Amino acid sequence: MEPKNIFSESGIILTLILILIPVIIASVIVIIRAYATIKYYLKKKELEKFNESLARLSPEEIKKLEKRKRELEFALSNNELGGVAPPGDVKGLIHNVSEVGAIRFVAQKKKSQPRPHIEPDLTKLILWYLGCATFWLLFGTTIGEYLGIKFVAPDADHFSWLSFGRLRPVHTNAVFWGWASLAMLGLAYYVVPRVSNVPIASIRTGYRSLVLINVSVIAGSICLMAGINNGGGEYREYIWPVMTLFGIGVFISLRNFFKTIARRTTKEIYVSNWYIISAMMFLLVIAVVAYWPSLQTGLGETIIQGYYMHQGVGMWFMLFNLGLMYYFLPQQLNKPIYSYSLGILAFWAQILFYTLIGTHHFIFSAIPWWLQTVAIVGSAGMIIPVVAGTTNFLMTFKGSWSKLSGSYTLPFYLIGIIFYFTGSLQGTAEAFRFTNLVWHFTDFTVAHSHLTMYGIISFMLWGFIYTIVPRLTGKEPPQVAVGAHFWLALIGLLFYTFPLMYGSTLRGLLWMEGKPFIESVELMAPYWLWRAIGGSLMWLSHIVFAYNLYVMIRKKKEIVIPTSAIDILKAKEELDKQTVTI
Amino acid sequence: MNFFDNHKKLFITALASFVGLTVIVAILPAMNNQKNNAPLPNAVPLSEEAFLGKQSFIANGCVSCHTQQVRNVDMDKVWGSRPGIAADYAGITRTDFWRNTATLMGTERTGPDLTNVGTRQGSQAWNLLHLYQPRAVVEKSIMPAYPWLFEVKNEVEPGEVEVIVPDAFRKGVNGKIIAKKEALYLVAYLQSLKQAALPDGKAPAEFLYKKEQKPVADGKNGSLNLPDGEMLYVKNCASCHQANGEGLKGAFPPLKGSPVVMSDDLELYVKIIMLGYDAREEFAVMNAVGTDNKLSPEEVTAIINYEKTSWGNNAKTVTPEEVKKIMDFIKLTAEK
Repeated sequence: MEPKNIFSESGIILTLILILIPVIIASVIVIIRAYATIKYYLKKKELEKFNESLARLSPEEIKKLEKRKRELEFALSNNELGGVAPPGDVKGLIHNVSEVGAIRFVAQKKKSQPRPHIEPDLTKLILWYLGCATFWLLFGTTIGEYLGIKFVAPDADHFSWLSFGRLRPVHTNAVFWGWASLAMLGLAYYVVPRVSNVPIASIRTGYRSLVLINVSVIAGSICLMAGINNGGGEYREYIWPVMTLFGIGVFISLRNFFKTIARRTTKEIYVSNWYIISAMMFLLVIAVVAYWPSLQTGLGETIIQGYYMHQGVGMWFMLFNLGLMYYFLPQQLNKPIYSYSLGILAFWAQILFYTLIGTHHFIFSAIPWWLQTVAIVGSAGMIIPVVAGTTNFLMTFKGSWSKLSGSYTLPFYLIGIIFYFTGSLQGTAEAFRFTNLVWHFTDFTVAHSHLTMYGIISFMLWGFIYTIVPRLTGKEPPQVAVGAHFWLALIGLLFYTFPLMYGSTLRGLLWMEGKPFIESVELMAPYWLWRAIGGSLMWLSHIVFAYNLYVMIRKKKEIVIPTSAIDILKAKEELDKQTVTI
Repeated sequence: MNFFDNHKKLFITALASFVGLTVIVAILPAMNNQKNNAPLPNAVPLSEEAFLGKQSFIANGCVSCHTQQVRNVDMDKVWGSRPGIAADYAGITRTDFWRNTATLMGTERTGPDLTNVGTRQGSQAWNLLHLYQPRAVVEKSIMPAYPWLFEVKNEVEPGEVEVIVPDAFRKGVNGKIIAKKEALYLVAYLQSLKQAALPDGKAPAEFLYKKEQKPVADGKNGSLNLPDGEMLYVKNCASCHQANGEGLKGAFPPLKGSPVVMSDDLELYVKIIMLGYDAREEFAVMNAVGTDNKLSPEEVTAIINYEKTSWGNNAKTVTPEEVKKIMDFIKLTAEK
């Protein structure tokens, strides 16, 4: 930390790289220009020589050239095969004709695929899950948005139920257990039976599970606002009776899925089900360990807390979403996953490394030093499953990049995958001892958790939802609104996280210098404002998303004016029938 | 592989790997830790009031922004005199049937660490006002205000504590602002947060990543090798006496033009800093800021000189030698 070592500081290195990039590019351009000038002069010399030889051409040589010219100019008339008859579609092969009737402000994307057969009862169950999840997304992020405002306007209200310390866990728990968990389970009710090629074992169990989880989040939110919480461990704020409801909810769905898989008609268990079933089993283990009373005295509580909070995000949300991705991505791209075995390598590597990393939230604290080191090593090991997973997804994308521009779902997938790579590796970098000095305890962690829980998990979930709901209901969301959702969410997330990361780095450095604490609060003010702005955009995008979901599932039939030949004739037939009966 | 085509075998293997690793990295270390650590002999158990205050602290989610852990790195030195050790938390057990253990170590320092706040900011008057409206004492603070821990009454009854709130922060309030029991408990808890000393002869762990100590020359008084007086003032004094030295009417006296600051009676001045002050009815009691925060003679000198030469004050500065003499004398009388 001495000033003479300034060039070993990553910030300086980064700045230097940023400055060097344009310098290098400029030098490359200069070299290219110089080369071009020299080449020009050499060519000019050559041309002079050539002109001299041109004057000496013999008549035979000229004749030969003229013959070759005629041969080269040969062309077809372009109707040798087609003839001159007018075009027609005798076999009815042309669909989805996109005609330009008016000025197009937004690009037209591909329509959803025709609906496969799904039991109507299962459809209803899945829609209930997704509907509830969307409610919790709106609720949770409305609270989050308000919390962001409180950083800028701490005296916005003075009600105990709405004070910062009580609302913060309401936000985190509602989006965790309400939004993401319910959305994942709802999607799993689609994926698990499909890849097993059998109907789901019990639809009723699905509803029971849904009710239990909803009751858990409602009760938990009320408890937290009333000041009843478990004692302060992050994401462990619900007291045990509330969390038990959630646990039972997951448990009965797990049994349901397990039974379905046991009855499968495929020989193999598709890798999606590896991930999904494991995520559910692991969540139950995590919850039991976290709430088991005899492990919690003194620092025991902290060790368990570190384990819990990170396994919660890594083994529940991440593992589950990867499982869904292994189904939805190949399905959307209409091709198999690039490497099945890479998916399996990532699965086992995730179990091995992720389980170890919990305590990296307590680096330099009083927990045993060896345990901290294990956590750091585990965090570095996470490079293996993350790189394996990202490679697998991107290689599956390879060759189909053109589909990206024509689809309104794939951009969500791609952003999810990119953040899966950057967000996860950022987590690895944050776990190192030196970076902990600068970033630990600052809002860098908050930015990181949004890059991951929002950038990875939520974006993936949105992609999946936009993929299957039109297939379930036969109704598509307005493409403009999906685009608005995507861009508001993405730009909002960048506005939210980048200033927060920059400000937090400055704050950490200020702390290292030993400056008075309040100066670091003052320093953060503009970055907290940016966070509130970004948060507002994200929040707006959720309203658009909720509207899209509503459009996709509303019962009311639209008035359809027939356009295709079949529909027009059918309508005419029906009209004729009516006139006959009259 | 056939093995993985059997759902029972596959999922049992996955579960067993996860549970096995869980036992190694979480369950065994946790059990080991709680078995092999006992509270320090010098640790003071929470009083009944402080215990109730801790319940409030938990209920209001204060841990969202305040940590209670001093890490073994140099930058955490400001939060305690030694790094935290497992024994510091060993006495904390399950809160009650419904709620888990609250070590309240936290993961966010949006606000300052509170491990040692009872030593650093022990004043009841300051803490109450700060809870009622943090911005009344720390202008730039973004901490929530907790007015529901207070009530407005016409008369102060015996045993009750009135909070003197500056006019700007009591708009629409007619009467006297009285701290409810809950507020008093919460302050009692905050006052109880003090790092316990290690048993005799035990050296605390070292702070890592040491920063090179560079004494900042204080240009104003011309004496080199003194720490930065302004920074020390902001850290130790400004929360009550304010950055502009004007204090808060009815709570904390101004230092701008203060007779104590301006006079040549250095002994009284140093005594107030080191031992606290309660001679004036109209102001709150001052804690032994200097002793509590273990200020060195150089630091006290820097603070005194900063106060003597700021906000229009223009008094003669002092030397560390003079201050040290008085501080030694104070220590001597305190030991007797």
